Amino acid sequence: MTKAHVYKRDHVNTDEIIPARYLTTDDEAELAKHCMEDLDAEFVSKVKPGDVIVAGEDFGCGSSREHAVWAIRGAKIQTVIAKSFARIFYRNAINCGFYLVESADAVDKIRDGDELEIDFRAGAIKDKTTGADITFGALPDFALEIINDGGLLEHIKKSL
Amino acid sequence: MGMTITQKILAGAANKEKMVPGELVDANIDVVMCHDVTTPSAVSMLLEKGIDRVFDAEKIVVTPDHFQPGKDVKSAELHKRLDKWAKRHKIKHYYKIGKAGVCHALLPEQGHIRPGQVIVGGDSHTCTYGAFAAFSTGIGSTDLAAAIATGKLWFKVPESIKLVLHGSLGPGVYSKDVILAVIARIGTDGALYKAMEFVGSALAEMSMEARMTMTNMAIEAGAKNGIIGFDETTEKYLDEHLTDGQDYTVYESDSDAEYVATEEFDCSKIEPIVAFPHLPSGGVPITECAGKEMDQAYIGSCTNGRIEDLRVAARILKGRKASVRTIIVPATPMIWKQAKDEGLFDAFYDADCVIAAPTCGACLGGFMGVLAEGEKCVSTTNRNFVGRMGHPKSEVYLASPATAAASAVEGKLTDPRKYL
Ligand code: SF4
Repeated sequence: MTKAHVYKRDHVNTDEIIPARYLTTDDEAELAKHCMEDLDAEFVSKVKPGDVIVAGEDFGCGSSREHAVWAIRGAKIQTVIAKSFARIFYRNAINCGFYLVESADAVDKIRDGDELEIDFRAGAIKDKTTGADITFGALPDFALEIINDGGLLEHIKKSL
Repeated sequence: MGMTITQKILAGAANKEKMVPGELVDANIDVVMCHDVTTPSAVSMLLEKGIDRVFDAEKIVVTPDHFQPGKDVKSAELHKRLDKWAKRHKIKHYYKIGKAGVCHALLPEQGHIRPGQVIVGGDSHTCTYGAFAAFSTGIGSTDLAAAIATGKLWFKVPESIKLVLHGSLGPGVYSKDVILAVIARIGTDGALYKAMEFVGSALAEMSMEARMTMTNMAIEAGAKNGIIGFDETTEKYLDEHLTDGQDYTVYESDSDAEYVATEEFDCSKIEPIVAFPHLPSGGVPITECAGKEMDQAYIGSCTNGRIEDLRVAARILKGRKASVRTIIVPATPMIWKQAKDEGLFDAFYDADCVIAAPTCGACLGGFMGVLAEGEKCVSTTNRNFVGRMGHPKSEVYLASPATAAASAVEGKLTDPRKYL
């Protein structure tokens, strides 16, 4: 079951996603324990594997720390649905092979706690709680290619 | 249609004549900046994939700075991993403790930055180097790993926003006030994915240090890069700092280059400004917020920890006492020595300030000035996000070194112009 955890806020930043006090490690499981801690201290206890984060504009703004993506992935979050993403966060996610959904429509329609079904290739979300069908623009081809290869390093390894 | 300076540099780096915004390019990288937080992860990733190589041991610059000297066992481990890797690959420009400093102040000072280059770094404020008419942007650990191994990265050529800075800055007003005013107007995503190109008469009067304060904060408006064209000031700085005698390429924007937006600022009207928590766009003129009580003043970082910044702060603190905790962090060992030789440390010492070793330290809530619950800090850094300098309920107020120093004296937000 994929449940939506909605933060109807713009500019959720990397300091909130993973505070700098935890940057002395790059262990994903360790980082996951503090995921979103300064935004919602309950987050980690609420989420189940496969759940998604829903937020407003400019998600992931702030520092270049990839730890933000690792913390979210470590918390077994399937994807982040936002109106827009900060540039470095967006790039980091793709490079890590982590899907993102950029859709204002989805953010407007999805409510906290809704159950979702997401098809990344088709660009479709089914909100099973409300019955709404939402479409979104899938990631560009080169990004999908990197994600398919399992991230940027596997991708470049092919040409080394 | 002409090209902007950003387009031209990326075209050059991809060996192409023409480049339009939105195009994807595989660009050759001239400099890769590595520090202690993001690089150890990049190295581990490479090792995991069996790619233990660097594309060019002379084009990678390494400086541990965030938790330097090691603040605890975990950060010491990061330094150890970084050290092992840098030595194994014989990284030529590896600044060990004693020579290490805050990356974005250190690289230009040590002559690693030149016009026309493509520079990447595992740090969001890598956009700082755009002050030297270079394309420079921050990346995460995976990108960093790829850049280290291959010397290439993919980029989407950004659209450009033109920021025209008219007029001259008034007394007590600095480039920090200008960039805070810019971000207050366009917002923290006002330049998302874009290049912020600064032009105008006010720039001509700014030193390279002052310009770097502005390009440093381009990321605070969401930009991919900040950039300032080449002029005599740039040339003079480079003459003093480049030591290897190698030449560089100067690009400039065509007169018919396309900009998605143009914002004009009359710098003579800009006042000292303080960005209130919790966004860098929360700028309030000092005349409207003076008197708000502070618990700490912090003068340092890649934004404002350079010698000029320390001089301004020392001038205000000299012969006075700081009435709140005041922490001074020269950004590099050279700046530290210069400040000492110029007698600035005497002024700080007499004013009861703490003088720290070069480090990022408390700028990111690391150590040496971390805030307790409910504390307020006026800081010359670049971010005032929730929990940035310590407890999630602490608050950071971004300001120029002059405003921070004046506020240190009075223990509350203070207009620096009364101390000029
Ligand atoms: S001084 Fe602060 S903003 Fe600059 S690189 Fe260090 S942590 Fe980042």
